[in-house]
Amino acid sequence: MPEIIKKLEMRKITKKFPGVLACNNIDIHINSGEIVALLGENGAGKTTLMNVLFGLYQPEHGEIFLNEKKVVINSPRKAFAYGIGMVHQHFMLVPNLTVLENIALGFTSNKIFKLELNKVRTKIDEVSKEYGLSVNPDAYIWQLSVGEQQRVELIKVLCLGANLLILDEPTAALTPQETDELIGLLKIMAKKDRSIIFISHKLNEVKAVSDRVCVLRNGSLVYEGTTPEHSVSTLAEKMAGREISMPTLKEKSHATSPILEIKNVFAKGSMGTMALDGFTLTVNRGEIVGIAGVSGNGQKELADVINGINHIESGQILLNDEDITNKAPQKIINKGMGYIPEDRMHEGTIPSFSVKENIIMKDYNHPPLSKNTFLQNKIIENYSSELINNFDIKCPDNKTSCASLSGGNVQKVILARELSRKPKMLIASYPIRGLDIGAAEYVHEQLLEARSENIGVLLISEELDELLDICDRIAVIYEGKTLDILDRDIDTKSKLGLLMAGIKDEKKVI
Amino acid sequence: MIDLITILYAAIASGTIILYATIGEIITERSGILNLGVEGIMLMGAFFGFYVAYTTESLLLAIIGAAIIGGLMGLIHAFMTITLQANQVVSGLALTMFGSGASAFFGINMVGKTLKVSFEAIPIPFFSKIPVLGEVIFNHNILVYCAFILPLIVWFIFNRTKWGLALRSSGEEPLSSEIMGIKVIKVRYIATIVGGIFIGISGAYLSVGYSKLWVEGMTAGRGWITIALVIFANWNPLIAYGGAYLFGGLTQLGLNLQKFNIAFPIVLLKSIPYVFTILFLLFISLKGKRSNLPKALGESYFRESRG
Repeated sequence: MPEIIKKLEMRKITKKFPGVLACNNIDIHINSGEIVALLGENGAGKTTLMNVLFGLYQPEHGEIFLNEKKVVINSPRKAFAYGIGMVHQHFMLVPNLTVLENIALGFTSNKIFKLELNKVRTKIDEVSKEYGLSVNPDAYIWQLSVGEQQRVELIKVLCLGANLLILDEPTAALTPQETDELIGLLKIMAKKDRSIIFISHKLNEVKAVSDRVCVLRNGSLVYEGTTPEHSVSTLAEKMAGREISMPTLKEKSHATSPILEIKNVFAKGSMGTMALDGFTLTVNRGEIVGIAGVSGNGQKELADVINGINHIESGQILLNDEDITNKAPQKIINKGMGYIPEDRMHEGTIPSFSVKENIIMKDYNHPPLSKNTFLQNKIIENYSSELINNFDIKCPDNKTSCASLSGGNVQKVILARELSRKPKMLIASYPIRGLDIGAAEYVHEQLLEARSENIGVLLISEELDELLDICDRIAVIYEGKTLDILDRDIDTKSKLGLLMAGIKDEKKVI
Repeated sequence: MIDLITILYAAIASGTIILYATIGEIITERSGILNLGVEGIMLMGAFFGFYVAYTTESLLLAIIGAAIIGGLMGLIHAFMTITLQANQVVSGLALTMFGSGASAFFGINMVGKTLKVSFEAIPIPFFSKIPVLGEVIFNHNILVYCAFILPLIVWFIFNRTKWGLALRSSGEEPLSSEIMGIKVIKVRYIATIVGGIFIGISGAYLSVGYSKLWVEGMTAGRGWITIALVIFANWNPLIAYGGAYLFGGLTQLGLNLQKFNIAFPIVLLKSIPYVFTILFLLFISLKGKRSNLPKALGESYFRESRG
């Protein structure tokens, strides 16, 4: 077992990548039993710094001190030996192996050939009892939900005896409930004298979980202080380096002419069950309608059927009084549908294509961008440069591939493409998920701008604050049905919580 | 003294065989479909082209016939892998085995037959008089000339037309493409059939235009060289020129070495294209050049089956 980490210090860490100074002379420290949040926008250098600590990267300058002794960590194995464990943003688990086998992979053993599975099993039992983390060691990883997989990652590092846990954006893929559970768990760990470094750009979580906060911006440590002395908005300011105010809806919309009508739609999900079970909703011109609900209640299928990606069994969908039920995506696009998909990389863009090509993907097949099958390069060149400028997309030039852009900039490419074609209706699925607050602010401004241009907007989200900020009306989806539609009101938030859990009438429950 | 002009001339004539097939395979692979049936499709094209040329004595019909057979075999591959979601490697290998067997079976009566018609060399006026260059390049038959232009046209289609954009995006991210309104299934069907057509033509060029006879298994591994050449060309039709003529040249060099009694094992010589491919891959990764490998190559895509 590694020695207890009383204090760990990283001193003057500098890490360069070709053309980028990822970490510039950073000093941070952590004491035992402390939860430190490492806060910063995408690309601020948080993950790079932690990869240095975990031995994946070697810094150009800087030293690491463990309990006042200098240590050199040049591989993850070394990091484990010092009691440092890391849970990466993308889980490092083998889907076709069981939980037990995955955890056993990390163990070093004196015996070369024998896998000491029973020893590992006992260890898993111990750890899961200690922290109340239940997991079935014989389940295959592919059978587990994202939240459960993360639990396996945590058990894995705990089994390996980590005293210091690095969690890289651990809540990125979790539902709000799973996030709450995780925060509770981290607090228990801290009480048992484990130290935790929590990388995030979600301010509410940072506020809820951490004792101290270190803010990185463009590779430098710009602020360090205790968490309680800050509010969410002052943290946001420190992170972005400017004042951030999430835009909110000012006046009520009086829109009455429907643009999108979804009538009694039934559609199957990937499991073959009815994911949409008689869903009905109308969106008017110049109005933002939110879809609230715990994910997995039919949101994905709803976005899919509206855009023609999936077929519906029965029901009808009208766009601008025209029937678009079960039409091909191309037809629906040409009738004026805009779509910001949930997975912005693999549904919203072709990552290996340039920004220029991604911008024209929906309009390249008709004039002015192409004439008689020939792409009009000059027009495309000007058009894309103009949009890159208008939408403030940060990229070296229009030939840069989308894969090398940050999440916020990819989302801007999608917004540029969708909004510049003047849609009548826009479907936005989790448009600010995973974005830092500056980029989120921009996305919301654009959605409100679309609303003021008389475009109907359907906003699918799990974050109540997002919905309450900019929606005229909020529909709650539960098990594929519209449970209720609420107007924007003062007590909407408390009502929404109950509705999302499937409870429609408070009195009936009591 | 080895005659350089003869070798270069022969390099282009024999490189043309794999050039047609390589262009076909690049088109197919760029849409995300891996077709390992090249060897089989080439053999079918070679046999059928020869058969049609022998019976009808029409060169044009021979080429059309081979194109149809190639297109049909492409259609089978498309149906298996796109509609029925079969594994692309398995379906392709099955096509190769089927093509080798069927062409040998049906072609048994064609062995040893000679054609009454053949593609004659057409010297290009003026250009063919240029010393060396004229003799090497401007004194070939029509199919070789077509192969000169083909990669240029295909490159242009890939990069400058809306078809090319749809084709490339289907091979990279089929789901994204579908969401953005591209009919991925249709694009992949067309690409696989068109690819098959060019591979079929390469077979007909081999039997009717190049060796002017039909022998069982006459492609002698050229289908597999094609697969390697596609990687060598980094899925770029323009690089395919260099690769095809280079490999053609190497084969010719081997024959000439034998002619001049220079001892060099023919088996080793046959492995040269593959060695070159590995060296080229090494070069690409050392130079940090971007690979054009289509991201979705070899993966089946079915719109409504995603999780």
